[in-house]
Amino acid sequence: MSMAGYETIIGLEVHCELKTETKLFCGCRNAFGDEPNTNVCPVCVGLPGSLPVLNQKAVEFAIRIGLALNCEVKWSNFHRKNYFYPDMPKDFQISQYDLPLNEHGTIELPDGTVVGITRAHMEEDTGKSTHLGGSGRIHGADASLIDYNRSGVPLVEIVSEPDMRSGVQARAYVAELRAILVAVGATDGRMEEGSMRVDANVSVRKPGDPFGTRCEIKNLNSLRSLQRAIEYEALRQVDCIEAGERIVQETRHWDEAAGRTGSMRSKEEANDYRYFPEPDLVPLAPSAAWIEEIRSALPALPKARRQVLVGLIGNDDQATLDLIATVVDRDLDALVVEAASAGAPAQLAVTRAANELNAEGVLPSAKSFATTCQMEASGALSATQAKAVLAALSETPDADPKAIAASLGFEQLSEDTLSTTVDEVISANGDEWARFAGGDDKLAQFFIGKVMAATKGKANGKAVISLLNERRSG
Amino acid sequence: MTTAHDVAAQVRSGHTTAREVLEQSFAAIAERNQELNAFLYLDHDGARAAATAVDDVVAAGQDPGPLAGVPIGIKDNLAMRGIPTTCGSKILDGWKPPYTATVVERLLAAGAVPVGKTNLDEFAMGSSTENSAFGPSRNPHDVTKVPGGSSGGSAVAVAAGFVPVSLGSDTGGSIRQPAAFCGLVGYKPSYGHVSRYGLVAFSSSLDQVGPFTTTVADAALVTQVIGGHDPADSTSMPDGYDDLLAACGRGVAGLKVGLCRDLLDGADAEIIERVRQAAAVLEAAGAEIVDLSIPELRLGLSAYYLIAPAEASSNLARYDGVRFGLRVEREDVAAMNVATRTAGFGAEVKRRIMLGTYALSAGYYDAYYGQAQKTRRLITNALDAAYEKVDVLLGATTPTTAFGFGDKVADPMSMYLSDLFTIPTNLAGHGAMSVPFGNSASGMPIGVQILSPGRRDDRLFQVGAVLEAGVAK
Amino acid sequence: MSEQSPLTKEEVIHVAGLARLELTDDEVTTFTAQLGSILNHAADISSLDLEGLVPMAHPFDLENILRPDVPTASLDREELLAGAPSVESGRFKVGRILGEAP
Repeated sequence: MSMAGYETIIGLEVHCELKTETKLFCGCRNAFGDEPNTNVCPVCVGLPGSLPVLNQKAVEFAIRIGLALNCEVKWSNFHRKNYFYPDMPKDFQISQYDLPLNEHGTIELPDGTVVGITRAHMEEDTGKSTHLGGSGRIHGADASLIDYNRSGVPLVEIVSEPDMRSGVQARAYVAELRAILVAVGATDGRMEEGSMRVDANVSVRKPGDPFGTRCEIKNLNSLRSLQRAIEYEALRQVDCIEAGERIVQETRHWDEAAGRTGSMRSKEEANDYRYFPEPDLVPLAPSAAWIEEIRSALPALPKARRQVLVGLIGNDDQATLDLIATVVDRDLDALVVEAASAGAPAQLAVTRAANELNAEGVLPSAKSFATTCQMEASGALSATQAKAVLAALSETPDADPKAIAASLGFEQLSEDTLSTTVDEVISANGDEWARFAGGDDKLAQFFIGKVMAATKGKANGKAVISLLNERRSG
Repeated sequence: MTTAHDVAAQVRSGHTTAREVLEQSFAAIAERNQELNAFLYLDHDGARAAATAVDDVVAAGQDPGPLAGVPIGIKDNLAMRGIPTTCGSKILDGWKPPYTATVVERLLAAGAVPVGKTNLDEFAMGSSTENSAFGPSRNPHDVTKVPGGSSGGSAVAVAAGFVPVSLGSDTGGSIRQPAAFCGLVGYKPSYGHVSRYGLVAFSSSLDQVGPFTTTVADAALVTQVIGGHDPADSTSMPDGYDDLLAACGRGVAGLKVGLCRDLLDGADAEIIERVRQAAAVLEAAGAEIVDLSIPELRLGLSAYYLIAPAEASSNLARYDGVRFGLRVEREDVAAMNVATRTAGFGAEVKRRIMLGTYALSAGYYDAYYGQAQKTRRLITNALDAAYEKVDVLLGATTPTTAFGFGDKVADPMSMYLSDLFTIPTNLAGHGAMSVPFGNSASGMPIGVQILSPGRRDDRLFQVGAVLEAGVAK
Repeated sequence: MSEQSPLTKEEVIHVAGLARLELTDDEVTTFTAQLGSILNHAADISSLDLEGLVPMAHPFDLENILRPDVPTASLDREELLAGAPSVESGRFKVGRILGEAP
């Protein structure tokens, strides 16, 4: 299998659950993981006689998303999408059709690629089925149990243009999109809980040819699956074409365990959704004033936030960019910026924030974080000690790092003590020293380890190396 | 039975009790409901509890509300918590909603006593109650005749003297037509006047709840209780509400009444004659009568019989055997859906679901549903233009008086044509009222219909009260 | 009914499938004729030139009817499930589902 001579064309549809208190059309709680069918009412179970009323906060979140994706926010209305399915209680979904709230946007990926956003529209989520018997999957199950807690949870569906050309790029798009949606506070972005769900439209062509027939891949619930599924599917399509077969436009299911896509072969009944304007809802026409109010309250977006850190560090090699992306993704950039302005070296602060701080837990105060970074930079703390101090700060975020270092026994070794220890280690390991002195640099680590052991980790590794080199050249 | 005004006054003043009134109502029902089939279900316990609560409030010297102790029949497409709500369909047989419609909540809060659920054409689709899965209701004026529909049971409950008031719903004439057939006041409020929350939807953009009463003033009284903004209904008008009771006493002096040819042509001669007499009564009371024609109204039937079934086909998808009501078990869910719906729906409901599904399906949307919605605009524009010249329109409610059982069952189109005069109001979302105005030679009631511009329902009550006072008994 | 029906029996069967209804052969014949008669009546509007008229979805031009994002009481689960045809472990039970959601 090879992609030689072909390019992959990818467009993505991302469903994102909005982080509202209540559902899109009723006052039931929008909560994950509650007892089945406890967050339900006549509206979201579709009982006869019930009527939807639109959640203002959900609209605000949807507009935030539209603005963050550079969309036009427009006069819109809701349509009914009619099809029968047991997890959809009214047997129609309230969605937006030809007049979506947001249209014609763009998103810029970290590598500079610009992906077009066709639309970002509002719709309601379905309930959830659990399959009994068989393997717990829908195929081979004897019966299913339905929980409508998720039914009516607000979604925004973000549809991209077919502007991506590789699985890696699709992955970067979803990561960037996720970062933006989280940054504007519209979603928690948890793919594993299903609060972001991705469908990929994939086709292949020889460069310059018109688009090929596309297949839609469902069940992509991690960035890794997304990339793997697209790469598999593209190869499959190329193989088909090379074998002289035609690609059938269809929906395919990603099987994570088997690492391949398979045809879903839904029944022959062609989909005819019979969209028509939802008569129980009135049009949604956000005023220019409201849109401006939301725009002016938008927080800084990930791209701008990353640029701030790049500016602080003055370095944009890939490793640094990756650290910066992690820091922004975990919402730690404000802490880094504050620590830097309190005197911490920015590069070190970014590295330690990306690798040592737990964004979900208690964070050190900016002052304590800055002090710790400064102590490490000055050699007052070794890297190991600095990490231990940061870990301790997660218990007592405002504590003085110097006091923590002292309580952990991290008093800095005097130069004399360190010098004496180095000499003791050299004389105790004469053979190794002879080889090091003879130019075997690999043994530096051996001596550092011995010195660390002798000082119970208090020694600064850099200082040890400079002493060893002094002895060797002296 | 007396009027809602009288009952409430007597209960409020302590001349009688809500329990006494209720027991009289139950006694009348026990005597004749088996013959007339007005009520499908009687909520003896709930009604007695509600009546007792009203009496307790009166005894405590507090205000029991404007409908204190008034027994009311509720069309069986309005949800009442814990009370069977069938919509006249086997598919909902046995279902008890876990919630109550806004209009019923408001009635209860005003001291009214809902006594039970009244018969209707299945899912309010029909003009005779012959489409009820639980047998038709009978017209108390002549039990060989239909009472009209779809709110036939509600009409019969009032016409037979079981209750002074009942609620119906009107999608294309389902309150006004049975009111005309049974000799009652039937009022369809402007769309958005009365909450639809808890009204089982037939056609969402056309449905509206309204009362059957014996007097125009009672219709005003009840509507003032059930009307007004409801935050649970997005299509409920947010602004205030006209004082309809005050309008009943305002007279018609100076009012311009359009006698509309298109709401008369094709009606029985004696009905046309009655409408002309009604115009004369209004003229004598100081109104100016203007003859006019709005030919677009004739297009209403076609628009209605595409829009209403289209919305219905979607509204009735949820009767799938999964969450409530009937299920005909099959191994897989899709087959169960089909078996349940095939067994649970009657022929008329299936016919309209089929028609609506077709009108919305790929390739036909523009030709049928899209065109119907534009026609709806055309008709509304034509009515708006007419209302620049006149204040209200006057015409017949129905082309004929109540017909016999089975007369129109075989040919759906002939049944649909009986809605010709009532449909345009629903399409425009305006208010309209049928007021009884004498009988035919064979003794069947005749209704005249008053139409008003949207949100100017007060004019219906001005005109209705004058007609009521001026009718030749 | 001498008029040509504007829809075929095959279309009637297809529409019944979309609506999840099963029709007997007799019903297919009857519905084809009856729906045809209604659609023929609708010819009076399909022939109209309505160019420029805005389709009317609602009687009144309301916009932006929104509710605050404030929780309200949910239903009692037992009361809700009491109305269901089949229930297990606090959930609605159905038979085999053939095919994923579209």
